[in-house]
Amino acid sequence: MAMTMSQKILAAHAGLDKVEAGQLIYADVDLVVGNDITSPVAIHEFDAAGATGVFDRERIALVLDHFVPNKDIKAAEHCSLCRSFAKRFDITNFYDVGEMGIEHALIPEKGLAAPGELIVGADSHTCTYGALGAFSTGFGSTDMAAVMMTGKSWFKVPAAIKVILKGKPRACVSGKDVILHLIGLIGVEGALYQSLEFFGDGLAHLGMDDRLCIANMAIEAGGKNGIFPVDEVTRAYLADKVQRDYTVYTPDEDAPYVRTVEIDLSKLKPTVAFPHLPSNAHAADERSDIPIDQVVIGSCTNGRISDMEAAYRILKGRHVAKGVRAIIIPATQQVYLEALQRGYIEEFIKAGCVVSTPTCGPCLGGYMGILAEGERCVSTTNRNFVGRMGHTGSEVYLASPMTAAASALTGRITCPSEFVKEAEA
Amino acid sequence: MKAKGTVFKYGDNVDTDVIIPARYLNNSDPAVLAQHCMEDLDKEFVKKVRPGDIVVGGSNFGCGSSREHAPMALGACGIGCVIAKSYARIFYRNSINIGLPIIECPEAVDGISAGDTVSVDFENGLIVNETTGARFHAAPFPAFIQGIIQAGGLMKWLKKGGAS
Ligand code: SF4
Repeated sequence: MAMTMSQKILAAHAGLDKVEAGQLIYADVDLVVGNDITSPVAIHEFDAAGATGVFDRERIALVLDHFVPNKDIKAAEHCSLCRSFAKRFDITNFYDVGEMGIEHALIPEKGLAAPGELIVGADSHTCTYGALGAFSTGFGSTDMAAVMMTGKSWFKVPAAIKVILKGKPRACVSGKDVILHLIGLIGVEGALYQSLEFFGDGLAHLGMDDRLCIANMAIEAGGKNGIFPVDEVTRAYLADKVQRDYTVYTPDEDAPYVRTVEIDLSKLKPTVAFPHLPSNAHAADERSDIPIDQVVIGSCTNGRISDMEAAYRILKGRHVAKGVRAIIIPATQQVYLEALQRGYIEEFIKAGCVVSTPTCGPCLGGYMGILAEGERCVSTTNRNFVGRMGHTGSEVYLASPMTAAASALTGRITCPSEFVKEAEA
Repeated sequence: MKAKGTVFKYGDNVDTDVIIPARYLNNSDPAVLAQHCMEDLDKEFVKKVRPGDIVVGGSNFGCGSSREHAPMALGACGIGCVIAKSYARIFYRNSINIGLPIIECPEAVDGISAGDTVSVDFENGLIVNETTGARFHAAPFPAFIQGIIQAGGLMKWLKKGGAS
C-alpha cells in the first residue's frame, strides 16, 4: 500500500511499516506544545490523573502568548500556573514574557520543529510546522496532558488532498493569498479529517514565511495537517536553527490522494476573506467601497519578518488614513528586534501605526484592539468568525500584510498592486 | 448509556468562538464557562437549557480553535449529547477525551427540529425523535474510541492501562 508524506511520518512514529487512511494508531510524539489558555486545563488534567512526572522535559514547549503581558487577573493566574508547572518539571522550552513569541512563529524560529517529526499541540494552528515537512496537528488540552504524561497520542490516519501549485505569483501576491484562495475553492470543511499535501513548481517561488502561513491555515479548510516537501528553501531555513538529524519523507509515486486541486499562482490576485468565514474569498479589487476602522498586521499567520517587510514597503513614507487604527504586532521578540534594526518600526510609527510587543491579543478578541459594534477590521489573522475580534456586530476581513497595509493607507479595502508597483520601481 | 432531552438546533459551522467566546478564556472553571455557553449565537440558550438536553448542529460543528473549553462548557450546561452532520476534528476528539457524548448522523439532523424531545442510545447508536416517532441509526464508534468513552475519558482510560 503506497503512502502519502503524512502517512509515512505517522507510520514511522507508530513503529509500523504501513498505515492506511482511517486506521487508528498510537504513536510516539517528538514535541508537544501548549499555550497560556490551553495549558492550564492540561495541567489540571495532568494533576488530576495523579501524574508525577513528564515523559521528557525537553520535548514539551510551553509558550505564554495569548494574553501576555497579562491582560487581567485571571490571565495572570493562568500564566502563574504555567510558570510553576514549568519550574516543577524543569521544562526546557518554557517561553515567558521577554523571550516569548506567538507559539507557531516561535517554535520554528527556535529550531524546535524539523522535517519528519511528529508534533502535536493544544492549539489548532499547530498545523503550521507542516511547512518544514513535519506532521503537525492541533488537538485539545486533555490530549496535551496525556502526551506530557506518556509521550504518545492516538491518531486516525488521514486521507490526503494533493494541492499542486504552478507558476510564479505576482509581486503583490503572497502565501496568504494562496491559502485564502484555496480555502475559497474547497470550503471550510473541504479537507475535513484530511491532509493537504503541497506539490508543484510554484513552491520554488514561495519562501518559508509564505509556506508557514499556508500550512498555518490548513485547519481553516478543516484539514488535519498541511505539509510541504523538503527542498532548498527548507534546508536554507533550517541551516542555522536545527543541528539534530532529521528524516525527509517523500510520498510514494502512487500514493493515494482523494482529490487533486491545481492552482496557477501566476493568475492569483490579492485575496480577501469577507465575514464571517475564511472561505468567503473575494479578489481585493472587487469591492473598494468598504470603509474600515482598524487594521491588524501580525499573528501566527502573518507576524514574521517578511510580513513586517511587506507592510514596511507599502507604509514607508506614507501615512494611514484618518480614522483608521493600524496595529502592528511582530510575532516574536526576534522578529520585533529585526524589524527594529531594519528600520521598519520607525517607519511604522511615522506612518501612524502602533507597534506592540508580541501577543495574540486582538487575533482572538482577547485585548489590544477589540472591535465595537459595526466596526470593520482588515486583519492578517486567520479567522473571521462572528465576534472573533470583539462585538458580534463587528466584521473581520482576512488579508495579506500587503493588502492590510494598503487598506490602512486608504481607509477602504484596497488591492495592494498599485502600491507594490511603486515600491518595486 | 442513554440521553433524553429537548433539542436546541443550530446551523452549519457552529464555531468554538460562539460556543464559548475568547473573552471568557481567561477562566477555565467549567461552571463559569457554562454561564456564557453559546451566548454569541443564542442568548436564550443558557436560560433555557436543562440537564440532559441535546444540541443538534449541521456540518462542521465545533470548527475553529482547539479550546477544550467549548465541549467543557456544553458539558457543564448539562448537555447530554451533541448530534451533528459532521464535526471539526479537534472538537470531536476533545469531546471524546472529556467524555461528552457526540454523535454524527446527517439523517437525524434533518429529521429533528428545535424543541423536539429526542432520546439517544449510545450502545447501539439509535436516535429516536420522541416528538415525531422517527428513528435514526448512527454508526457506532470504533472499539478503540468506545474504550476511551467507557473509561470516562482519555485520562481515566490511560490510568486503567488503556495504552498498554
Ligand atoms: S495568533 Fe491567533 S490564531 Fe495564532 S495562536 Fe494566537 S490566537 Fe491563535
